[in-house]
Amino acid sequence: MPEMNMVQAINDALRFEMQQDDRVVVLGEDVGKVGGVFRVTAGLFDEFGADRVIDTPLSEGGIIGTAVGMALYGLRPIPEIQFSDFIFPAYDQIVSEVAKYRYRSGGEFPCNMVIRTPVGGGIRGGHYHSQSPEAQFIHVAGLKVVCPSTAADAKGLLLASIRDPDPVLFFEPKRVYRAAKGEVPEGDYTVELGKANVIREGKSLTVISYGAMLYEAMDAAEKAAEHGIECEVIDLRTLWPLDIDTIIASVKKTGRVVIVHEAPRSCGLGGELVSLINEKAFLHLEAPPRRVTGFDTPFPYTLEMEYLPLSHRILPALTETANY
Amino acid sequence: MTTVSSYQEPEAQGAERRPDDVMADDVIRVMAPDGTVIDDIGIDDETAVALYQAMLRTRIVDDRAVTLQRQGRIGFHIGSLGEEASIIGSAFALRDQDWIFPCYREFGAALLRGLSMQTYMDNLYGNANDIVKGRQMPDHWCDREHRIASVSSPIGTQITNAVGFAWAAALKNDPLAVLVYFGDGATSSNEFHNGLNFAGVNATPTVFLCRNNGWAISVPTDKQTASESFAAKGVAYGVPAVRVDGNDVFAVLKVTRDALTRASAGEGPTLIEAITYRLSGHSTSDDPTRYRPEGEAEAWEQRDPLLRMRRYLAERVNWGDAEQASAEQAIHHEVKAAIEVSENTPKPALETLFEGVYAEMPWHLREQQAELLAGTRAPGHGE
Repeated sequence: MPEMNMVQAINDALRFEMQQDDRVVVLGEDVGKVGGVFRVTAGLFDEFGADRVIDTPLSEGGIIGTAVGMALYGLRPIPEIQFSDFIFPAYDQIVSEVAKYRYRSGGEFPCNMVIRTPVGGGIRGGHYHSQSPEAQFIHVAGLKVVCPSTAADAKGLLLASIRDPDPVLFFEPKRVYRAAKGEVPEGDYTVELGKANVIREGKSLTVISYGAMLYEAMDAAEKAAEHGIECEVIDLRTLWPLDIDTIIASVKKTGRVVIVHEAPRSCGLGGELVSLINEKAFLHLEAPPRRVTGFDTPFPYTLEMEYLPLSHRILPALTETANY
Repeated sequence: MTTVSSYQEPEAQGAERRPDDVMADDVIRVMAPDGTVIDDIGIDDETAVALYQAMLRTRIVDDRAVTLQRQGRIGFHIGSLGEEASIIGSAFALRDQDWIFPCYREFGAALLRGLSMQTYMDNLYGNANDIVKGRQMPDHWCDREHRIASVSSPIGTQITNAVGFAWAAALKNDPLAVLVYFGDGATSSNEFHNGLNFAGVNATPTVFLCRNNGWAISVPTDKQTASESFAAKGVAYGVPAVRVDGNDVFAVLKVTRDALTRASAGEGPTLIEAITYRLSGHSTSDDPTRYRPEGEAEAWEQRDPLLRMRRYLAERVNWGDAEQASAEQAIHHEVKAAIEVSENTPKPALETLFEGVYAEMPWHLREQQAELLAGTRAPGHGE
């Protein structure tokens, strides 16, 4: 198996599906000739031409609005929003049209597309190149939300998302775009949506994370192991709908849980996870569920590493929860 | 009620004109409001009668729907009183393969294209046979069979959707065009700008039809734009635009046909501004007497598109009171029968509330569905 980073793996998935399925088109700002500001679509323009790898005017609302029309026509559009911070002009289209089209048309018009967008901080991007808005899409009925943490998962989840009958928000953790390297299966490879991955087994407590912070959670878990705390680490991969069975089975086994995400804390996915765990595993809990997250402030520039829930902030939460 | 015979032509507003000055020189007109043809575009009598009957059907349905809402039998209606020519004329111009992306006033176009009265009425009632399963307000339907996309309430969102659809067809070399409807208010929306820009840049086969009906709920056109007209906005996007008398069904038909010809020839989009007037409130929830200048609606009643066609037909085919009464009676009969069926059709089943959010129901919706089914019913919702 070839080794790839996440950028290469996503590029590989796009190329593979565009070769297989001529309904697939990529559109967005700078996705064509230049191959994307993160080079994710590099080479696709030369291989598939300007009709399938489309440089659009600089308007996210226009990108998603026209992608809706393409999806209704029967194409498989993959619009790119250059940074998820810039997705908000398209929020109306995503919430009012993309998410509701199937339901509001009584099933007459599916509107499946994969909206790819880099997410998260730690790249010195300040307010507008760093945010993690996933909860704002999970709250909208009709959307699926995916966030891979490894190169292989990025490929497998993207191919599964393109073939999924529902619209998918595909968040790509840009801090690990190049750092997340590993073996990636060649050719056709899918990872089922809605399935989490238990990447480390343990009995002491459950750690739930996703995207770039998964690596911080894993680092903290390894350090906790030096103190005899064996964490079970779950990579959610699909943020919505959640793999509730895997989560609850693990929490019932360990009785303790820490949730890590870099998105702001209040009304974040962590809060929803805590509610679900309380509802479904309350009598198994040995400690209050904990969240280690970004803060409820705008994403900062100079102090961004203080904002992120890095390993040093996760570790005390793990030991306190394990010893509660 | 204005009589068929009386008509006084208003004067152009000249330098102080508002964007809805229908008498301005650049407004295309085929038939004068007194029913005389200025420019023969070769519409045979059979077609003329069909156009009139479609407009009449639209108006009678509208009228019945308002009554049903006032009687508390349906929850809401948003109609097209006075705007029938702009809707019927443009939809009539389409070829079979062309698509419509509606705003929310175009049920007349759907009925014209073949949506059954029963299906439309079921939508007004939101019952178990409603094509959208009672999930949206009345008049928010869709009709894939007759190539019409789904109605949503947000202003302008359908404009870029229509452009994307037309763009996709062009990318696949499929010979079709897309007609998208919106009002004058929507020209202030993000998606009007995006739609015209994307369509202009990519030369998509899209026909933009702005029904300038003078009002966006309570806001008049001169508070909507400082442009001389809504058509003027096409210039900035490189999209050819025309203004047409929106109460002249022949003229609307002609400019839409011309736009379709351009689209089919690969010459890209056209913006049509159809100047018309909303004789009703915005919807059944609105009372226009609160904001409309006295006399304005009355003046436009003189320009009623149906009266204009009656004058024309009276001259051409001797359409008189007998023909009118017989046509009205047939439509009333059709509407009444549909109402009876819709009213006796049950509400959508409870479990359908959760279906179709996703292609397959995920666990959390299965849980919530079970919770609803096991619980007590809302007040007024009989078992």
